[in-house]
Formats: sequence, structure tokens, C-alpha cells
Amino acid sequence: MTDTATDPLQAGFDATIGHGDRIEPRDWMPEGYRRTLVRQVAQHAHSEIIGMQPEGAWIGRAPSLRRKAILLAKVQDEAGHGLYLYSACETLGVSRGELTEKLISGAQKYSSIFNYPTLTYADVGTIGWLVDGAAICNQVPLCRTSFGPYGRAMIRICKEESFHQRQGYELLMTMMRGTDEQRAMVQESVNRFWWPALMMFGPPDDESPNSAQSMAWGIKRNSNDDLRQRFVDMSVPQAQALGVTFPDPELRWNAERGHHDFGQPDWDEFMQVVKGNGPCNTQRIAHRRKAHEDGAWVREAATAYATKQAAAVHDQEGAA
Amino acid sequence: MSEVKAEWPLYEVFVRGKRGLNHVHVGSLHAADDDMALRHARDVYTRRNEGVSIWVVQSKDIAASSPDEKDPMFAPSNDKVYRHPTFYEIPDNVPHM
Repeated sequence: MTDTATDPLQAGFDATIGHGDRIEPRDWMPEGYRRTLVRQVAQHAHSEIIGMQPEGAWIGRAPSLRRKAILLAKVQDEAGHGLYLYSACETLGVSRGELTEKLISGAQKYSSIFNYPTLTYADVGTIGWLVDGAAICNQVPLCRTSFGPYGRAMIRICKEESFHQRQGYELLMTMMRGTDEQRAMVQESVNRFWWPALMMFGPPDDESPNSAQSMAWGIKRNSNDDLRQRFVDMSVPQAQALGVTFPDPELRWNAERGHHDFGQPDWDEFMQVVKGNGPCNTQRIAHRRKAHEDGAWVREAATAYATKQAAAVHDQEGAA
Repeated sequence: MSEVKAEWPLYEVFVRGKRGLNHVHVGSLHAADDDMALRHARDVYTRRNEGVSIWVVQSKDIAASSPDEKDPMFAPSNDKVYRHPTFYEIPDNVPHM
């Protein structure tokens, strides 16, 4: 612990956090706080950008113009969310280029959920309902996170995320009103995504090494297990209304606790996916790297054009 | 002694009302340089504790869309009602959505 009596900067920071106030970019902050935020916000931004891929794969195969327009709008939103978060991260003194480089070199992570493939069109609905639903559970408390720019980005994102979840659920409801085959497709998709969705909240609290410090700094507002419980409690009645089940024999209401009991995801699988051995890790990064490299000439051309324009203005002023 | 006729540049002023909120545009003022603009902004726009932080930027450095172009500028989002959550009908018996 830093001795706050001899360190007025640390004391000021502690007081701001103690009051539940926000830290803003020009405030002094401990290096560990800055580093933790860079890691978390970057990972969050990368998740939005990589998250465009699993659903993007279905844009060209959407079953109607309506569904295609909706899916395009959603994937476009993910790009926007990534940009809000990269901007927030840049206020901590890292550059956009550095963040992109760390994503495609694997030095920084993104959410493990996006390393699972989207095998059927029902996955578009399941991702909206469960994956975006879990993201909302995670993100709503982050609107009150202690770093101002991150919290403000989260507020914008949460506002837009509601459409994502509802379109997914509506898509699944439509399929459930269809044929037996379509209903089976929904159930199969839910079976595949349920456990990875639960993993989105991170490892159990007693195995989450950074959680306590992040909570003390007000970066995180709720523990992984609390948020996971909240998500399960919210999802069960939604599944009942939809007419699907979750693939967990231990899932049942516990009247004493006032919550659902549920089984644990396969944490070994989680660790494997985080380490890069999930079904799609290689493909996701390769795709992102290719998009970045293929876009190099556009960035170069725009810079060359801007330089030329600036030179022209300079010449005109010189001549005048 | 030559008379200085050049007018001080115009600055736009943005104030953060409290920690956690965005800086919001509150108005403008003239000043000879950035430091003076900040000091004047404090005196003109935050005499009653309206803010915890001020940004000033020369008006000429702001690139802005033209109000006349409002319609074509924002047309692309006009016909995309499906970007709003209310576009999707979710039955009343589905909670938390």
C-alpha cells in the first residue's frame, strides 16, 4: 500500500474513488490502474471488432432482405462499439496502431465466445439473445465504472445493445413458430451457445486473480459469479417463453436462495480457448490481419491526399 | 507605435459539469491565445461552479457539417427503423428484455 500521508497524488486519487467519483484522463492515476484499464478496455474493443466475424458470415446468406438489413445494421453497430472503446482506450495514452498490432499479434485478448463458429442461421438469433444478453449483463454495471471515458462509451453501447438482443430473440421466436426442423435448429444452437455464454463472465471468483483489485478501483462493479447468476436468472424465463431448454441437468430453481442453481461450465475448455486453441482462434485473427493489411493502401492514399491538400493551401498562402 | 487592429480569434468553450459527464459546448469568446481563452472561459462561463474542467478550441479549427445539408447528411439513417429496439415485438410474458 502507498503511504497516502506522504503522497498527495495517491491521496487525491483514493479520495475520488472513495467518493464514487469518476477519474478523468488528465487526472493522476496509479500505473497499475492505468495498465488494468488499458488491458480491459482494449480487450473489450477487440471483442467488438472480432465479434463482427461470426455474424458477418451470415450477411450474404440471410433468408430475407429484412433479415439481411437487420444483420448488416447489427454488425455495423459492433464496428461502432469497437471504435467508441478504442477512443476511450486512447485517452489512457496508447495509440490505435499499437492496439491493432497487439490484437493481430495475439498480445492482447478478446472475448473467448467469438472463437466459436456460427454453424447455422439460428446462431444469429442465439448470439443476439444469449451472447448479447450476457454482454448487456456485463456492460450495464460498467456504465458506472470509475474511468469516465470508459463509462461514457458503455452508456452509448448499452443503449444500442438492446436492439441486438431483441432482434435475436424475435428471430428465434419466428423460427419456433415454423417447422419442426426449424425448432430443432434453434434448440441445437442454444445447446451449443449456452455454456460458452456462461463463460463470458470469466472464471469463478476464487480463480479470478485481478478481480479484487479491479473492484477496489471501481473498474469492475460486480463479481463474475454474481453477474453469471443474474444472467441465468434472467435467461430461464426467456427460454421458457421461447420453448427451448438449456443443456444443464443441474439447472433448477432454488426457493431458499431465491436464485437458480446451475452447473459449472467446462473451465478446462475455457482455458484452452483463451490460450488460442478454440475452434476459430486462428481463423479470426488471420481474417482481422488480412483486413488490416488489405486496407493499408486506403490509409496510405488518404494520408497522401491530405498531405497534398495541406501543401496546396500552404502554397496559396505563400503566394498571397 | 503602430496600432494593433487584428481581432482576437474566436474560441469555442466546452465545460464538464462534473466528473463522469462529457464536456458540453456552452458558448464562445474572443481571446489573444489559449491561456487567455481558458481564463476568460472560467470567468465568463463558470462563475457559479458550473464546471470541473474546461476545454477551449479555436472556432476555425472545428470542422462542422452544414445545417443546409442536414437532410442529405442524415438521410442514410432515416429509413432504418430496424436499428431501434421498439421495431421488434417481444411478448409481455418475456421478462428482462
